[in-house]
Formats: sequence, structure tokens, C-alpha cells
Amino acid sequence: MKNIKEVLSDLSFFSDMSDEMLEFIAACGQNMHFSPDEYVGRESGSADYLFVITKGNIAVQLEHPTKGTFTIRSLHDGEIAGFSWIIPPYRMQFDLKAREHTSVVALDAGCVRKKCEEDHHLGYLMMKQSAIIMNKRLEDTRVQLMDIYSGRV
Amino acid sequence: MNGSPWNPVLYKVSSKSIENADLLTFELDPVGDEAIDPIAPGQFNMLYAFGIGEIPISVSSILPSYPTLVHTIQDVGRVSKSLIQLPVGDIIGVRGPFGPEWPVAQVKSKDVLLIAGGVGLCPLRPVIEYILDHREQFGEVNVLFGTRHPDNIIYHRDIISWQSDPSINFQITVDHAFPSWRGNVGVVTHLIDKAKFYPENTISFLCGPEVMMRFGIYACLDAGISEDMVYLSMERNMKCAIGLCGHCQVGPYFTCKDGAVFPYTMMKPYLNISEL
Repeated sequence: MKNIKEVLSDLSFFSDMSDEMLEFIAACGQNMHFSPDEYVGRESGSADYLFVITKGNIAVQLEHPTKGTFTIRSLHDGEIAGFSWIIPPYRMQFDLKAREHTSVVALDAGCVRKKCEEDHHLGYLMMKQSAIIMNKRLEDTRVQLMDIYSGRV
Repeated sequence: MNGSPWNPVLYKVSSKSIENADLLTFELDPVGDEAIDPIAPGQFNMLYAFGIGEIPISVSSILPSYPTLVHTIQDVGRVSKSLIQLPVGDIIGVRGPFGPEWPVAQVKSKDVLLIAGGVGLCPLRPVIEYILDHREQFGEVNVLFGTRHPDNIIYHRDIISWQSDPSINFQITVDHAFPSWRGNVGVVTHLIDKAKFYPENTISFLCGPEVMMRFGIYACLDAGISEDMVYLSMERNMKCAIGLCGHCQVGPYFTCKDGAVFPYTMMKPYLNISEL
């Protein structure tokens, strides 16, 4: 079984990081496991972790008071969940719910933020990779808003 | 093509199957001895509802039992509604087949990436059938299918079969889902990360609403697939189907005669022009 540093080093998110940086970040991590339908994080809760999915499937969800639960996005192996860790006031914006048996590396947000403040190069790499993913998800959401399948073929 | 391209051949509706709320698949058989030529993946026929009008519909499956035709029709207008309401045994007119094929038979040994959006799966289903019938001729085969909601998923029996077939990587995603949906949620381009292919040896076919295809093309190019290895199926208001009336013109091309399947390199200058 791979240790946390080895798991992180396989992901493009961490690919620009030096061995020392990876060691540094991995020290903030712990393995967590979730059962199907178990919440990984809840909207309005404190964004205490950045989750790296190593196995399974997490749904990003919003609860509507009368229409029920909306799944906005599904995230799978190798993807990152929980970007509220990086943006004050560090409050979860969505529910994260495991859809099957799911394993993650949970990086302690306070620990990572502290290390990013101490090492700005590390902080830049974390911000750069986060910005790439957040930008892609913003683009995807805009495309979803266009209801692209509604046209004729 | 048998006879004049203007003269419809009479076919009767042999069977109808409901795909979803506004989509039906028809099997059509010739009424007499006359039949249109065999149709190929990517080609379309003009289906004529007598007294109402004629619409272009891509072939959505190619059965070994020529001359039976399979077309999937979406209820989007007067003619399609009229066709969908025809009972089994009723007669329609068929002209065709028209247009070039998906170049699937010419890309042996390549990896294949098919991206379908909504009812764009219909014109790509014959490609999947062809590949599965000639599986040893292709490398990795990926089908990425995006649709609005789980209720809009079509060809359930085929999809279950494709998802359980280890020789093909079939992925579905939806834009919106009910709480019990355990599959992917997000735009179809998101699925490209789940596809297995060597970009330099990959051909991609896209079919769906034009906006979806544009973003699908960007995803293909971003993944390293060469521009000249990307093909798409264009939809325009086709009337004559033989490049005379000009209704379906896109730049210097007629969608009915030069398409509906086009290399991306031919359509590239026109895809971002509004209302073209």
C-alpha cells in the first residue's frame, strides 16, 4: 500500500512540487474512508480539509428547501474536493457526499495554509493548481448553464 | 442511389419503440420490390410524411437484414410529430441515402473517441455497432455520452450492453440528476479524463448540439488529438438533400451534400459565426 506522499506524487496537482514540498504537504495528510451516502463535508461547515480522492466517488450537492437534493458534479479517483479550504472564511459551500465506498487523503487545511504561508513557492504551486481546477469547474458550470443538450442534432 | 434522388421510395413502419418522452425508434421495410441503397454510418435519409413534409433523419442502427431501415426520430416539429404518430403498418416515403459516412472503416488500428450529446448518440450508434463488429481492427475505443437528465438516456438495452463490454469504455454523464443517481454528473467534456487513448493515434467523432460539439472539439484538441483527426456531424435545415436549394448552406458547403459528417478542418472557420 502506498504512503500518503506516494499517493500525492501520482497526481498532476502535485507534479510540480519538489520532494521536500511533497514531504511537507504529506505530513498534513491522513487517510479517511467513507461509506455510501456518508457525508464527507457539509455546507456551512468549517472547511477543515482538502480532500484528494484515492478511490470512489463523491457527489457535490446542494439542498433545495422544496425541490430536494441537487447533484451539481461528481468527483472521482484522482480528483480534488473541498476548495473552500483556501478561501476565507473557510466555510464549505456545498455538501460532499460519498456515493460508494470512498477513500480520500484528507489534508488538514490549517496545516497546509500554515505551510503555504511559510513557503510562498509552495503556496504559489498550491494556488496555481487550485486555480486551474477551479477555473475548469467554473467553465464547466457555465457550459451546464447553457443547457447544451437542448438543441436539435 | 437507386432511381432519381427526388422520388421517394415507399416504406412501411414495421415497428416502433419508445426511447424516452419525445423520442421513438422506427424500423421501416420497403412496401414493394424497390428499396433505397444500403445506408452507412453517418448517412441520412429524407423521411416524407405524406401531405405534411419531409425531414432528414440519420440512420441510427444498421441491421444485417437489408433493406430494413432504423431511424430514431425526435418530436421537434410538425413533420417529426406526424411521423412519430404514425401507427405500425402505415406508409412513408424515403429518399436517400445522402451524405458522406463517418470514416470509421478507414481508420483501422487507431484509438477511437466518440463524444455524443443528447440525441447525438443516434447517428453514432451505427459507428459503435461497426466497431464492435470489427473490434480487432481498432485500438482503444471510448464513447462519452452526455445528456441533460437520467430520464433523457436512450438505447437503454444497448447502453447496458456497452457498459458491461470490457472491449469498450462507455461513460455517461448527466447535467442534472435525481438524488438516487449514482453515475457521473457534469458536462460531457469532463469525461475525457476517463477516456483511454494515445492522442497521436486517435480519431474522434462528435455528434450533438453545436455548442456541445464546439466544447467537445476544444477538449479533444486540448488532449492532444490532431485537428485533422476530428470529425463532426452538422445539423442544418435540409430541404432538397442534394445541394440545390441552399437552405442548409454553411459557408461554401451544403450540409446535405458535403455533410452532414464533416472533418473539423472544413467547419473550423464557421463554427463560431453567429446564426450562420
